Amino acid sequence: MTFLELEGVRKTFAGTVAVENFDLAADAGEFVSFLGPSGCGKTTTLRMIAGFELPSAGSIRIDGNDVTNRPPNRRNVGMVFQSYALFPNMTVADNIGFGMKVRGKPRDQIKSKVDELLDLIHLGGRGDRFPWQLSGGQQQRVALARALAIEPQVLLLDEPLSALDAKIRVALRHQIRSIQRQLGITTVYVTHDQEEALSLSDRVVVMSEGRIEQIGAPADIYNFPATRFVASFVGTLNLLEARVVDASAGRLSLAGQEIRAGRGAEAENGSPVTVAIRPEGIELGSNGGTNQLTGTVEDVSFLGSIVRTRLRLGAEGTTLSLDTFNDPNLTAPAIDSTVTISFPPEACLVLASAAAPPPRTDAVSAAEALL
Amino acid sequence: MSGPSGGGSQAPFGPMGVMENEPGFNPDRVRVDAVARAARRERRAFGAWWAWLIFILGALYFIVPLLGVFFHSIRTRPDIFLAYRQVFADPAFLRGLGYSFTAGVITVVVSLLIIVPTAYWVRLRVPRLRPLVEFVTLMPFVIPPVVLAFGLIRIYSQGPVRLAATDTGLNVMLIGAYVVLSFPYMYRAVDTGLAAIDVRTLTEAAQSLGSGWTRILARVIFPNLRTSLLSGAFLTLAIVIGEYTIAQVLARTMAFAPYLSLLGRNQPYQPAAVSLISFGLTWLAMILIAFLGRGSRARVQVTGAR
Repeated sequence: MTFLELEGVRKTFAGTVAVENFDLAADAGEFVSFLGPSGCGKTTTLRMIAGFELPSAGSIRIDGNDVTNRPPNRRNVGMVFQSYALFPNMTVADNIGFGMKVRGKPRDQIKSKVDELLDLIHLGGRGDRFPWQLSGGQQQRVALARALAIEPQVLLLDEPLSALDAKIRVALRHQIRSIQRQLGITTVYVTHDQEEALSLSDRVVVMSEGRIEQIGAPADIYNFPATRFVASFVGTLNLLEARVVDASAGRLSLAGQEIRAGRGAEAENGSPVTVAIRPEGIELGSNGGTNQLTGTVEDVSFLGSIVRTRLRLGAEGTTLSLDTFNDPNLTAPAIDSTVTISFPPEACLVLASAAAPPPRTDAVSAAEALL
Repeated sequence: MSGPSGGGSQAPFGPMGVMENEPGFNPDRVRVDAVARAARRERRAFGAWWAWLIFILGALYFIVPLLGVFFHSIRTRPDIFLAYRQVFADPAFLRGLGYSFTAGVITVVVSLLIIVPTAYWVRLRVPRLRPLVEFVTLMPFVIPPVVLAFGLIRIYSQGPVRLAATDTGLNVMLIGAYVVLSFPYMYRAVDTGLAAIDVRTLTEAAQSLGSGWTRILARVIFPNLRTSLLSGAFLTLAIVIGEYTIAQVLARTMAFAPYLSLLGRNQPYQPAAVSLISFGLTWLAMILIAFLGRGSRARVQVTGAR
């Protein structure tokens, strides 16, 4: 059942559109992430749900109640900020109990709730400390407890892990998810980190330039990107220019070699298209399947658990990357050696050849930089 | 306290508390720390030499005139502290000090009630107006106190609000003028304090927890500006206690500075004694600031990454 609903939400700042036509229906207890690059409108949307920004158009409903114009202090929405935003003058216990105090709860009820939450965030017995006496990770857990103390209808997290180091980030995101499941609270999480979004969420909303590009389960977003942007932003991807040979049979010509694609955009014979293939969907060597290409090894990069090999296909300079799991018993292909690669038709996603942005035929997409 | 990175390379996915608080022994880290400590010691030793020189020169600049005043004040023979004794025995001294101190406290309260919400609102909602507000608060530096005082008399000695006609009215005018005089000091102190905390995020955090504006100001903003407010308050107090022109023009001759001036015309040594006493009181106020503001500095900036 829909619990949090955004309908036709739009936000402009001095004529500049920050969020356009945003529709979302999140179920009760669902964990939804807004994923996108900086400036895509994800934080603005979150701030509209929190009430810190008023939508220029559209409506926001929580549990069937229209809260579009309700001030933030009357929404019962918990918010966790990137910068923790703990009150420096208050102890951890006072911070956590602040919202309950505002609501006029009795002192003993506040104390028991604070103790319960301190245990939940593994900081039991540290209620008398001040924020500056805690590490970043601990402060963020206190901020989470403070947001949960008011038993909010919706929990909003605005890049809560961005200021923390990598290990704490991973550990804390597991804890956030575990607490969210335990409490069954509807949660909206803003991040530009695809790994965070994919690993935490029930559904991911991928945004670009104020618009929703795709909403779906993490696996769908990754495996079946709906747009060129999603395909290139989420995960690592080869974007290769090809030409349709036989549209009905899914046959394409790629760097002078023929392949078959399993899914994707419809196009006429002879028209240019972009083929998207994940590096992990390509196998080194011939497996006797439909799609087999030969190429020259340009580079081999050791990335820890995986080894990334870059090949040059044909004489046109088209290059493609493929990933293989690191195995000490296997020898990486030699540079300049000719190798055969194979991949199933289902690994190929055909996208309309976009005039803008210009396709990168020579490399793995820019998303590679995120790895 | 061990920071998030203090755990070194072990226990990547352990329970949260354990992972963050286990200090790992890292010989490289220990060596780097030792080198950094040695470098710091060396820098301190070099810095200390210059610092002491500057400190001594500065201290001499202030202390020598004070010593001169002090030696002048004890030239009474045979009782060298006669001037001090006479000052404390004079009821006008305590009356003047009490009057100016009370005026100062009221000025501080009124000024805080005007400046804190204004500076807070400007930072939060209309940051583009900051230069204008800053300019307005600097006006007392541009308008001489005597002009301000005569302006006030001219406005409030006629028309519907004739404050200048009564004693209470003149006191109100005096406080009003002092509030205006306090603006540059108070605004700057408060604005600097607001710059040190993440006003917007703290406000939004309090709002999301259900807090209204009054509670945000009283429970979140004011307490985190403690040191700044104290600085502004004591500066204002010091200025009000030493202010002569406006008090004299508004016929508030019972105030401390006019009393001091009158004393200087009639007595040879007492003004020096009173000056030193008032100087001592100002220093006492400064020590009080340092004492009351102690320990709050570390808390002020804890809002994580910006």
